[in-house]
Amino acid sequence: MTTYIIRRLLMAVVILFIVTLIVFFAMRLLPGDPLIIFLGQQAGSGTTITEKELEVLRHEYGLDRPIVIQYVNWLTGIFQGNLGTSIHYHEKVSKLMLERFPVTLQLGLVAYVIGNSLGILLGLLAAIRRGTWIDTVTTAFANIGITIPVFWLGLLLMYAFGLKLGWLPIAGFTSPFENLWLSLKQMVMPCICLSITGLAFIARQTRSSMLEVIKQDYIRTAWSKGLKERVIIMRHALKNSLIPVITLLGIGIGIVFGGSVLVETVFAIPGVGRLLVTSVFAQDYVVVQSGTLVISTIIILANLIVDISYGWLDPRIRYG
Amino acid sequence: MPEKQSTLLGASEAPPSVSEWRRFRRVFFQRKLVIFGLVILALLVFTAIFAPWLAPHDPYRGKMSDSLSPPCKKYILGTDIQGRDTLSRLIYGSRTALMVGFLSVGIAALVGASLGLVAGYFGGITNMIIMRAMDALMGFPMLLLALLLASVLGSGIQNVIIALSFATLPGYARFMHGLTLSVRENDYILAEKAMGSSHARTIFKHVLPNASPPMIVLVTLMLGNLILAESGLSFLGIGIKPPGAAWGSMVADGYQYLLMNPVLSFAPGLAIMLVVFAFNMVGDGLRDALDPRLRGLL
Repeated sequence: MTTYIIRRLLMAVVILFIVTLIVFFAMRLLPGDPLIIFLGQQAGSGTTITEKELEVLRHEYGLDRPIVIQYVNWLTGIFQGNLGTSIHYHEKVSKLMLERFPVTLQLGLVAYVIGNSLGILLGLLAAIRRGTWIDTVTTAFANIGITIPVFWLGLLLMYAFGLKLGWLPIAGFTSPFENLWLSLKQMVMPCICLSITGLAFIARQTRSSMLEVIKQDYIRTAWSKGLKERVIIMRHALKNSLIPVITLLGIGIGIVFGGSVLVETVFAIPGVGRLLVTSVFAQDYVVVQSGTLVISTIIILANLIVDISYGWLDPRIRYG
Repeated sequence: MPEKQSTLLGASEAPPSVSEWRRFRRVFFQRKLVIFGLVILALLVFTAIFAPWLAPHDPYRGKMSDSLSPPCKKYILGTDIQGRDTLSRLIYGSRTALMVGFLSVGIAALVGASLGLVAGYFGGITNMIIMRAMDALMGFPMLLLALLLASVLGSGIQNVIIALSFATLPGYARFMHGLTLSVRENDYILAEKAMGSSHARTIFKHVLPNASPPMIVLVTLMLGNLILAESGLSFLGIGIKPPGAAWGSMVADGYQYLLMNPVLSFAPGLAIMLVVFAFNMVGDGLRDALDPRLRGLL
């Protein structure tokens, strides 16, 4: 087990290193000098900049150094918690992120927990009541969940529950410490949108792996021993059928972060996803760069945890 | 699986191609949802090809006097703020969806599968570098990677295609990598090597034929995924430039007029969903029909 964990850790370090390379070089090697983009932002102020001043600025930002040195400097900065300064907001990116991360995290976490637990429950019910209406409804629901554009679902919900019925506030975000009731009401629709894709995938996977497991001999043995259905399903079948579902838990984190970009736009929620979208349009490459780096680091670390627990639960993996 | 035994006995026997094809057709057309998906896709391709003849109005220029018209006889699905016919824009939007879908799937499948093949076949340090790079790409949610690239490359449909191709590379690479590894371990590959066959022969004669059926399934399912991702990007405003029509951006355009004219947002969203659903169903049908493990069961 220890060798397995060490191997996975080393692999994660290598992957993170490649991620930093991708993020850095995507910004530097593609067409468009970051300084020119930066100056384009300033162009509105009416000051014209000569070639000479450009040289000075280039030196100031370290852009005249070899690209490898630039990369090392950038990476060192990241390790010291310096994510750069936003061109658009004129603020430290770390500050911008810290303000918005709790919002995304709160919605994402709620959606993640609901999506996974409900997904497993539905998949389980569909499998043990195969062919009944529960199965039909779950399968249809899963198919819809996988295909529906989340931003469109957001609009539908907003139209029905916000505009027509008036049950829920149509958009916005309030901290639960400020006004708990309003905060909860505002969270309902975004959380449904954020959780639906993951929920559908989880339900589908749980159903199919559960169907696989309940065909096994040891389940038949359990039945013939006269055990209760509840015991057979919970103690014998569910545990094994959840092993393939665990992989999806890692993927689910990516789905939630990707979805937050859309959902925060629809519901005007001041989170990281919204920040990234506005930054793209403001051509604020510093924010986009650091934001993507932070999010992908979280996803890779989460997948590392998933992989390690996977190895812990399934001995075939760790000795494979 | 008794019917496959006969081919093992004599190599001179012709492969049972006719019955294979018949079995494929029987399994594939068995489920009604697959047929439904196929019909939707046929309609989609038809609409995209004949868009100029099918669209009742100009999708790019509307009459300002007809702005935000509700559904009526003249405009079946109403008009947007600029007086452009929603139905016509919907019809032209099918071109955007299909173009982005096919191009990015084509590029990503070709590059990704080649990378996976090289990694799996040659192993060693090549394998290490390629597969870890793919793992790193996996670490970005598809939309975020597309946003990152869009912020550098700028908006525009070609950049969306590049971004989506990049984001989906690892899926193909991982699949091809696994498949190549499993084929390479077979005794008949060893036998061929002993007879002095080239790498190219092994790859083209053995690895690729084994890969193509599951690859077809993967590509079909990815087409749906990519159309969904493209709609998300164009909803955010990245992708096709105005006045071009994309379903995602149509949903966004209608967003402000949700209460006045909900059809503006509802119709394109439904179109996205139908098409993605159709690709998923056809993909599932193909998987059932092409999976050799299901032979004799279905």
